[in-house]
Amino acid sequence: MKAALTFLAILFSMSVALAIDSDRAFDDPELQARYETIISEVRCLQCQNQSIKDSNVSLAADLRREIRRMLAEGKSDAEIYDFLVARYGEFALYRPRMAGKTLVLWLAPLMLLAAGALVAMRVVRRRMTLPIDNDTIGHE
Amino acid sequence: MSRYLAPLLAFAALILVFVIGLKLDPRALPSPYLLKPAPEFELPSLHEPERRVGSADYRGRIALVNVWATWCVGCRQEHEFLMQLAARNSIDIYGINWRDNRPDALRWLQHLGDPYVFSAFDEDARVGIDWGVYGAPETFLVGVDGIVLHKHLGPLDESAWQRDFVPLISASGSTP
Repeated sequence: MKAALTFLAILFSMSVALAIDSDRAFDDPELQARYETIISEVRCLQCQNQSIKDSNVSLAADLRREIRRMLAEGKSDAEIYDFLVARYGEFALYRPRMAGKTLVLWLAPLMLLAAGALVAMRVVRRRMTLPIDNDTIGHE
Repeated sequence: MSRYLAPLLAFAALILVFVIGLKLDPRALPSPYLLKPAPEFELPSLHEPERRVGSADYRGRIALVNVWATWCVGCRQEHEFLMQLAARNSIDIYGINWRDNRPDALRWLQHLGDPYVFSAFDEDARVGIDWGVYGAPETFLVGVDGIVLHKHLGPLDESAWQRDFVPLISASGSTP
């Protein structure tokens, strides 16, 4: 039992060691936190279902380096996101900003929800006004 | 009747959306630079490290900017077409050698031929990022006024050239 637990503990500690870009980029914990937030919000375009934090491809490494450089230069988060969107488009962000082109992305779920509610309401209304089946009751 | 037809129609519409979705290439993203000024760049030349080359060299002329690397399979695939294109003398091709190493890149051009007016050596991909490059080969058509007229992702070939590039080049007043 103890051996198994030890094994598990070692296994889990290894998974941390295997994480990509696990080195701390900044000594300042606040900068480091911002860095980690940003890189987990940016899509890796070479491997579209990963963030650049999770990806080890060259482009992700290049973008992490650029983001580190901009953070070190004192750029704000918004400036960094602007930099990325200007070059790679809104698609590079996992949470695209609300703008003309991305409005449909933000509103579509709400519209679908409204459409669903409308259908549900109509069904419920109809059920409520259905005549009670008197026939079966009457002939029993 | 409509009670059975409505779900059927909804289902057909859904299938249509899926079929269209399947035909789209999720890797082909519209370049944010399309119809906007192409980014300026200046880099060491691949052949002569001390010489600076860049967007200033083709200012005022229509140009093809091709992002390539020796590790990129698609670049090997399109190279022959780029050689043909260069032989036609219709448009100047400028290379950005992206995330590569110099000896490999020079050997590649020596063996396969050099279709480029110059190749800029973008070792640390700074210019690649400025151009929004995410997968070589990528080819940009830059107009006389420095505007990106078209971006092609993946290996360039004759049919894509005739379809996407030639009409734009003709429209801009040059002969393709």
